[in-house]
Amino acid sequence: MDFMTAFQHIDWAQVVSLTGEHIALVGVAVGLAIIIGVPLGILMTRFPWLAGPLQGAATVVLTLPAIALFGLLLPFYSQFGQGLGPLPAVTAVFLYSLLPILRNTYLALSSVEPGIREAGKGIGMSFWQRLRMVDLPIAVPVILAGVRTAVVMNIGVMTIAATIGAGGLGVLILTAISRSDMATLFVGAVLVSVLAIVADLFLQWLQKTLTPRGLKAAR
Amino acid sequence: MIELDKLTKKFHQKGKDVVAVNEVSLTVDEGQICVFLGPSGCGKSTTLKMINRLIKPTSGRVLINGEDTTGIDEVTLRRNIGYVIQQIGLFPNMTIEENITVVPKLLGWDKKRCHERAVELMSMVQLEPKQYLSRYPRELSGGQQQRIGVIRALAADAPVLLMDEPFGAVDPVNRDAIQNEFFQMQRALNKTVIMVSHDIDEAIKLGDKIAIFKDGALLQYDHPDTLLAHPADDFVSGFVGQDSTLKRLLLIRAEDAADNAPSVLADTAVADALELMEEHDRRHLVVTDAQKKAQGYIRRRDLRGQSGAVQPFLQTFNATAAHDEHLRILLSRMYEFNRSWLPVLSADNDFLGEVTQESIADYLSSGRSRGKSSIVSPAEQVAV
Repeated sequence: MDFMTAFQHIDWAQVVSLTGEHIALVGVAVGLAIIIGVPLGILMTRFPWLAGPLQGAATVVLTLPAIALFGLLLPFYSQFGQGLGPLPAVTAVFLYSLLPILRNTYLALSSVEPGIREAGKGIGMSFWQRLRMVDLPIAVPVILAGVRTAVVMNIGVMTIAATIGAGGLGVLILTAISRSDMATLFVGAVLVSVLAIVADLFLQWLQKTLTPRGLKAAR
Repeated sequence: MIELDKLTKKFHQKGKDVVAVNEVSLTVDEGQICVFLGPSGCGKSTTLKMINRLIKPTSGRVLINGEDTTGIDEVTLRRNIGYVIQQIGLFPNMTIEENITVVPKLLGWDKKRCHERAVELMSMVQLEPKQYLSRYPRELSGGQQQRIGVIRALAADAPVLLMDEPFGAVDPVNRDAIQNEFFQMQRALNKTVIMVSHDIDEAIKLGDKIAIFKDGALLQYDHPDTLLAHPADDFVSGFVGQDSTLKRLLLIRAEDAADNAPSVLADTAVADALELMEEHDRRHLVVTDAQKKAQGYIRRRDLRGQSGAVQPFLQTFNATAAHDEHLRILLSRMYEFNRSWLPVLSADNDFLGEVTQESIADYLSSGRSRGKSSIVSPAEQVAV
């Protein structure tokens, strides 16, 4: 069996649709994590007593093995008839993404130089004005670094979601394992890492593009 | 005008009350610079920050132009008070122009007015607007950044400016230049300024009044020369330094320390001139014309045994004192030219008297100080 024939039996249409599914699953989960995580990070800077408990909880979630988290979410979603499928998978990946995004948002905002904060306050900017005009633009690169971590990490994690019927490239890999189909397994594995690398490069570009010019300017 | 009325701040720390600022009352007149001076932890910064309520007073009031600020909300209050800090705190994500116009924009000024204001302010600190407005803070030197920090605080034309050790982080060479620039700007714009400093020289240079703080209390509030000449207690005299008399030299102008030395006309007879010298116990006399314009001087040793008019013995001055120069410059000049006296001349060359080592010593020990008269800062003389 030469190299080309080994890949002939693969259903490329299915591969494409599973890749699309995979991207959608991770995209929705991380998207939600940004929508929830960034405001939570902001709240933590506004109310510092929140920082400890919130970061603690997010860290605990991150230490749970993915497969166990899926298992834990099953009975919860079963109550709504959604025990298997994309919902628990998206929830789990959302929870995983929360910590890096939350933590980076909080770190970035709380490490804005005290002088910048005092000057902003002193010339009469409100908390929200400082946030919108100064703190968030300065924090963008660090927040996006958190998003990058979350995306790269969870493109891999999402493959496990196939075990609970969520779809995505995990399906390709699981089926290939059960059939001892090395070629398909290879395609699935390579696609997952290529996806992660491409996402990483894209986010790196986005990070550079969104970094305010004043922070990039050479001294 | 800023009035502090029994301003007090108490902290609750480790189960006991700490009084950081204790019933500080003082008034800064419009267009004047008041310097809060004292060792760290004396309450000077806390007092300053209570004025724009970055720190909430425990009790007491702050009045700006007669209006009690207690009822004004913080953001509105601060937009009407400029604020400059040692760390500068420019926003790194904004261009210089955006930094300068932050407050005007928040106040709803239109783009054109904001831009014009930025250009106007930039030229006041000798930074070329075309070259710098579109740059970012990081691309500027520390001194340039602090200039921007100062004009950002002035952008919305607030009548009052608070400065927390504004020039503390600038290197000494630049500091002097920025202080002079700031002083000119302050005089031109007639802003009322309170500046926190721990540098007695800065306070003497810029302050119309100096407030000395210790342990949260205001110890003395006076014109710099009064403070140096008549410190209220041992702490103040220790703080202003053992060389306080030398520091006063900066604050005393030539015309104040000049004696009323006699002068003669060029056609005066040698014998009369010698007699006048004898009478006044002098070895020289300044020669003027009929309008009191200084011509030069004659020396006793040249006149001895001579006759006729003093005209042929006239010497030209190689060192003179302008009426508004301060004594430190003059003493330096006297040593430089190895003179024991300098003629004090007005801008129109009128002879006003002589500054001698004796006249300086007399002034310094006379108990007179400039506190009650018109206030002149050394920075103002550089500005002229």
